[in-house]
Amino acid sequence: MNKLALSDEILMSIDKPARYIGNEVNMVRKDPKDVAIRFAMCFPDVYEIGMSHLGIQILYDMFNQRDDVYCERVYSPWSDLHKIIKEQNIPLFTLETQSPVKDMDFLGITIQYEMCYTNILQILDLSQIPLQSAQRTEEDPIVIGGGPCTYNPEPLADFFDLFYIGEGETQYSSLFETYKNVRQQGGAREDFLRAASKIPGIYVPSLYEVSYWEDGRIQAFTPKYSDVPATVQKEIQIDLTQSVYPRKPLVPFIKATQDRVVLELQRGCIRGCRFCQAGMIYRPTRERDVEMLKECARDMLQNTGHEEISLSSLSSSDYSQLPELINDLIDSKEKGVNISLPSLRIDAFSLDVMSKVQDVRKSSLTFAPEAGSQRLRNVINKGLTEEVILNGAGLAFEGGWQKVKLYYMLGLPTETEEDMREIPRLADKIARRYYEIPKEERNGKCQITISTSFFVPKPFTPFQWASMCPKEEYLSKARVVNEEMKAQLNRKSLKYNWHEADVTVLEGVFARGDRRVGQVLLKAYEKGCIFDAWTESFDNQKWMEAFQECGVSIAFYNLRKRELDEVLPWDFIDCGVSKTFLKREWQRALQEQTTQNCRMQCSGCGAAGFQGGVCVEHQN
Amino acid sequence: MARLDFKGVYVLNIRIKFQKYGVMKFIGHLDMMRYFQKAIRRAAIDIAYSEGYSPHQIMSFAAPLGVGVTSDGEYFDIEVHSSLCSQASIEAMNQVMVEGISILEYKRLPDTAKTAMSLVAAADYLIYVKPGYHLFGKTVSELKAKVEEFYQCQSQIMITKQTKKRQIEMDLKPLIYEMKVLNLKDLNGINVSNPELLAMGTENGIEEIPALFLKACTGSTDNVKPELILEAFCRFHNLPYDCLGFQIHRLEVYAKSKEVPVKGEKERSDYQRYLDKEKKRYQREGKTFPEFIALGMLGKDII
Repeated sequence: MNKLALSDEILMSIDKPARYIGNEVNMVRKDPKDVAIRFAMCFPDVYEIGMSHLGIQILYDMFNQRDDVYCERVYSPWSDLHKIIKEQNIPLFTLETQSPVKDMDFLGITIQYEMCYTNILQILDLSQIPLQSAQRTEEDPIVIGGGPCTYNPEPLADFFDLFYIGEGETQYSSLFETYKNVRQQGGAREDFLRAASKIPGIYVPSLYEVSYWEDGRIQAFTPKYSDVPATVQKEIQIDLTQSVYPRKPLVPFIKATQDRVVLELQRGCIRGCRFCQAGMIYRPTRERDVEMLKECARDMLQNTGHEEISLSSLSSSDYSQLPELINDLIDSKEKGVNISLPSLRIDAFSLDVMSKVQDVRKSSLTFAPEAGSQRLRNVINKGLTEEVILNGAGLAFEGGWQKVKLYYMLGLPTETEEDMREIPRLADKIARRYYEIPKEERNGKCQITISTSFFVPKPFTPFQWASMCPKEEYLSKARVVNEEMKAQLNRKSLKYNWHEADVTVLEGVFARGDRRVGQVLLKAYEKGCIFDAWTESFDNQKWMEAFQECGVSIAFYNLRKRELDEVLPWDFIDCGVSKTFLKREWQRALQEQTTQNCRMQCSGCGAAGFQGGVCVEHQN
Repeated sequence: MARLDFKGVYVLNIRIKFQKYGVMKFIGHLDMMRYFQKAIRRAAIDIAYSEGYSPHQIMSFAAPLGVGVTSDGEYFDIEVHSSLCSQASIEAMNQVMVEGISILEYKRLPDTAKTAMSLVAAADYLIYVKPGYHLFGKTVSELKAKVEEFYQCQSQIMITKQTKKRQIEMDLKPLIYEMKVLNLKDLNGINVSNPELLAMGTENGIEEIPALFLKACTGSTDNVKPELILEAFCRFHNLPYDCLGFQIHRLEVYAKSKEVPVKGEKERSDYQRYLDKEKKRYQREGKTFPEFIALGMLGKDII
């Protein structure tokens, strides 16, 4: 049994010591002496969140299938342990062998959301690795970033040695081979980075230069050397059936956020909602074969002992073999397996399925109209109409449901006060539909919960040019909705939740920021900002001080109008969807014109260049 | 392989004994329950589920173990529809265990058996000092004298216990059934399988590693944690009480031998007859009938 990095005294004095001991079911054991490459895979948030992430489980499995690599895991220590290991100078360690992260060849960090950026600095700091790439030596691991936020890696450019842009299945073996070659030839860190920059999908920020106009906009973004590619194309696993999928996922001892088997049905989404980054960067939509999924489900349930399986996808209803898959899974329900079906469109089929797998009285229906009025839904290209929602809710109410959740965004481009007021009005119409059911057949009151979030424009979406609002304006939008809600007939059946806007402002800056916002991150971390995604630890005051002290203007990144010809920080990445398409979609949005989904009609986004998925569905 | 099968008609009561050591001591009771729910499924044990919309496995644990405590004698009961023999079931479960948990017994209980939880009356503990701490002194005889003063010589062991609302005075003496000193280098007669303890026992260069043995009242009505006894012991001798310096190791969990561990009139009288016979056998052999009986002894191997 491994000796733990932490003493009994420490483990007995902190919350949930199980976060730091490893030893979980299906943990991979290897002798580090037998491998050429040691890789620490990190999700920069607390264990329970990080252990729930599918991408890491895929890569963990894929890397460890290689005899020459040992991939171990590391997560953010919670604040209690952070303090202790900082004081006692204990270097952050991997869970598997409890070895210092700084002794690894690679530290890979998945970057899933902007509000984990200070946690990345925490990981580096506690690992005793220099925060800035430029200060690292031959002794330090190569720090590599991946995940959705790397579609604009620039705010983090100073802290990473390289980024892997796109899906991890394809280029890691080239990266590992390159690393071994360079090391064998006695090459230095710089030699490896230079060689890696030529691998498709790999971006080495230190090999590029940025110049700025006097007003702060980017003038040019160019490679420093002629052999370094000017554009980095995203990596994509075209065939998701003949690809790796973890049959023996790790099973944590403590309850993780995702305490179940996760089955990824497909990648990408055919819908083309204009605010949605995932819907653009994962194009083209690619399905996994249903037989493969059935087999994976069986294997994973057997190997984990989980009592629940969740189907994962951006829009499960668009998976063409859904009925067959679900029927197969329902057959296994006898063995006590629950099925959880997020992101399902509400219609007769899904209600039938849900009534089989869930307790109708307890579960709630979820609709995401995203915008209150049909006009604004056309702007964002959300194909959900009021009629569809009311019909779906009606069917559900007759089937015994009485709880409905509605998700909306405030602050979308072109939004008017009327659009905001439509949000509670739609909720009220749903409630009215409920009370149309004769009293003796109903089950008491209905509960309609409205939640709004504030829209943050993301790179590689048609809304990447959109301006944001100041914080106060966001809050006044929420007040409009709240006031209108109180004017509704069925207000007693409605509930409205909204968030603070501080985080939205920061997300805006880091989603579309350039290299110059990296210094604010560093400053904020020095001031003690950490776990910013957690309300209890978020400290907006410190962030505002950090911006001020660095002389970085929030307005420049959030409030300014971007022209279509401006050089954007992420322009050097080719995500498959062309800028021409994004511009066209932005114009169509402003004209309130909708665009059909990928199955109905190709809109020529550029992803067909990958020659796979939905783009070639009808060509066989 | 032969399988006892009572599907749909009947269930078998099974009592499982396991040990917990190494890093697993940091996994708390609730997480251990979740762990076994999943492990039972991985091992394809044909466990029975409760009725209702969200069925759960029929499983109940004997006595929760605190975080940080290791054990050679943990029990839980399950109901199954069918079962392989004990040996095969133990192997199937050990195939899917993590390091630090091993299944030791898998026994069939009488059909009307009371649950382990309702029977728990006492537990044995071994308490030793972790490396780097020197709390019990160097010799067995030194510690023996201290225990005698504390346990044998005191007629009452009064402590004040702080509850959420108030302080209560209580006498520990009647709750401590046995307290003695052992040498970890020579654990004759004590059944220990915890690898860490065994490793300490074979350490070279040291003759004696004094440790405490406790048999203490355990259960849902009266219960005394070994930590409480240890704290009282340290206070009595003006020793610094540092709970992190001790390793508490549970050895076994017991029912009272005079408590009939089954329900139902016929079953009770059958058991009573068996008990009387056993008592007579002990008498014939000139031994005293034990007051406590290990929970695992109440079941029989499936052959």
